Amino acid sequence: MTVLSETPAMADTRQVAGLSLSTWHRIGLVAALAFALVVPFWASSYHTFQFTLVTVYAIALMGLNLLTGYNGQISLGHGAFYAIGAYVTAVLVHKTGVPYWATVPVAGFVCLGVGFLFGFPALRLEGLYLALATFALALVTPQILKFKTFASWTGGVQGILMDKPDAPWGLPLDSDQWLYFLCLAVALPLFWAARNMVASRTGRAMVSIRDHPIAAATMGVDTALVKSLTFGVSAFYTGIAGSLGGIVVGFVAPDSFSILLSLSFLVGIVVGGLASIWGALFGALFVVFVPNYADQISDLLGERAKALPWAIYGLLLIAVMYLMPTGVVGMLRTVAARVVGVRGPRTLVAKTE
Amino acid sequence: MISRRRFLATTTASTALLAARVFPAFAANAPGVTDKEIKIGQTMPYSGPASSYGAIGKAELAYFKKINDEGGISGRMLNLLSLDDGYSPPKTVEQIRRLVEQDQVAFIFQSLGTPSNSAIQKYLNDHKVPQLFVATGATKWNDPKNFPWTIGWQPNYQTEGHIYAKYLLTNKPDAKVGILYQNDDYGKDYVKGLKDGLGDKAAGMVVKEESYETSDPTVDSQIVSLQASGADTFLNATTPKFAAQAIRKAFDIGWKPLHFLNNVSISVGTVLKPAGLEKSVGVITADYRKDSSDPRWDNDAGKKQWLAFMQKYMPDADLGDNDYPYGMMAAMTMVQVLKQAGNDLSRENIMKEAANLKDLELPMLLPGIKLNTSPDNFAPIKQMQLQRFNGKSWELFGDVLSG
Repeated sequence: MTVLSETPAMADTRQVAGLSLSTWHRIGLVAALAFALVVPFWASSYHTFQFTLVTVYAIALMGLNLLTGYNGQISLGHGAFYAIGAYVTAVLVHKTGVPYWATVPVAGFVCLGVGFLFGFPALRLEGLYLALATFALALVTPQILKFKTFASWTGGVQGILMDKPDAPWGLPLDSDQWLYFLCLAVALPLFWAARNMVASRTGRAMVSIRDHPIAAATMGVDTALVKSLTFGVSAFYTGIAGSLGGIVVGFVAPDSFSILLSLSFLVGIVVGGLASIWGALFGALFVVFVPNYADQISDLLGERAKALPWAIYGLLLIAVMYLMPTGVVGMLRTVAARVVGVRGPRTLVAKTE
Repeated sequence: MISRRRFLATTTASTALLAARVFPAFAANAPGVTDKEIKIGQTMPYSGPASSYGAIGKAELAYFKKINDEGGISGRMLNLLSLDDGYSPPKTVEQIRRLVEQDQVAFIFQSLGTPSNSAIQKYLNDHKVPQLFVATGATKWNDPKNFPWTIGWQPNYQTEGHIYAKYLLTNKPDAKVGILYQNDDYGKDYVKGLKDGLGDKAAGMVVKEESYETSDPTVDSQIVSLQASGADTFLNATTPKFAAQAIRKAFDIGWKPLHFLNNVSISVGTVLKPAGLEKSVGVITADYRKDSSDPRWDNDAGKKQWLAFMQKYMPDADLGDNDYPYGMMAAMTMVQVLKQAGNDLSRENIMKEAANLKDLELPMLLPGIKLNTSPDNFAPIKQMQLQRFNGKSWELFGDVLSG
């Protein structure tokens, strides 16, 4: 696996058009933030809803990226944590009447615990074997949610319906705009924390385990602990995303969390860019919008092409991976490197595992 | 000479009539309705675990195309936007919001799946968008008080349970009933339907209830304990695999009850053949459709009408798939509602007419079965007819029964 590693702690001093790449990076960040803040005011409420989903998926993808991108552990089962997060919120709101916003951290910490406990034994499995164990987790979760012993809590196959919250404190926002800002307000600190974490000692330990576990252990990294913790934190992010997703959609049911959800998470981080903070955002845009475009393209082909959306999705995916083998972020970096040329120190290096 | 009062009355009436001509509808037409088009929205599982039901959406698109080829409804073309939701409720929510808010459809028609429709029911009712003729067998769609914008179409599981109860009360009032059901809302709907149908006698007649999980390998032990309970009548509310196991096991241990098999597992090919055709003789079930593969209907006008439609608009389709007649008949119901609504195509009026179907007959329904709705009845098809398996095929008997 070839991944480009970010070193956010270092300032990139290479120049483009008189400004350093770090400055460009900052300009991009400010522009993206400004866009994020105004988008619900000019977009229709349907598009606002879609951007809310993008934010939610971005959090989930961030979690998976910490595990897979930075720590090198492949999970095919993060849909399960997303489901647990969503159900914790739905059951708490429905059964105990706890306000919906208070359930978001609860969902996160439940997933942290489950992720850590699942990670502890599962992490003795390496690579493909871990992928299979997590795949099993994603397969059984919908079954467990339907299980009769829990059905009085989970609502069985019918799931749980939740009311859509309105904006509090008399804010002049409709409920779609409010949910968008709520998700954004949760996402920003989580992204900030993730960025700091990967730039810290722990982050370097995570990356070193991915790149060379034996060397990492020799250097004194407690590989089992770091891996389990990464699994827990990763599940924490995805659980929070699931909780927000449940609130935004207003309905949870076992059918919402099929194996396809876990796979689309994995597709998202690979397309967005492994081991990068921005990759989660680009991946989320892909996960939300591309299936819809695939549907529209297949509509153009007429009524007989009704079964085609996933074939078109697959073709688009192949095209994306062919044109951008290191994801959107990888491509942006390549473009930046081309523009800068060979001058200036190269702080961005391709690492091969 | 005309009295003043009469003069006033006449002029007022004619003014009102004139006004009615000039302004034909007081309620504005629904979004998506123009002089040339009616935009209709739908989600279908064209991909994912339930993709075989996509045939229903295809049949509906094809039938609306036929209507459009014949000039539409009062010159308006039917434009059905049928989107894939992969049987995933969050995707359904997203697609339905796109249809309502962005594509501005007039209403939603025949979206498929119980979980998917549950996910959008509240949203559509809050926004007063009709959710018409949902394609699911759950009982909860017939709830006009709480969800006045949602209406079902096919007979629901409880209705079928009622029909078995009705048969028992007339033909075997001293029956001792044993029930095997799948432990979810679908199975429980049958149990509730049968017990409600038996009324006060339910407590005395139902002697044993056994359930199973879809993850169970077999239902053998349940069948043994049902036999041991002394039951002489068996309601088999199970999905195909378990239905086949139950029929086989009951025969093998020598239990010969009056056996009701739910409509879900009616297929000869996937249920009765694996169970053993000779072991299935005498099993009773209820249906509302003409089986498209049954040669008995070959000279039937309704089946011929369906075949003509299929040959012209869906020449490549598998004629043995009962989802095609289903889709065509649901589309016909929709066309009837729009015809009744006339030129007042407001959402209120479309909903009102959906709840105002009177004895509508459709070509592939069993003879005598009619669609009826009213403001307090949102379950259009409530009749079924019993049929018995003779070792080769189902044989209808008795009258059409109402649940």
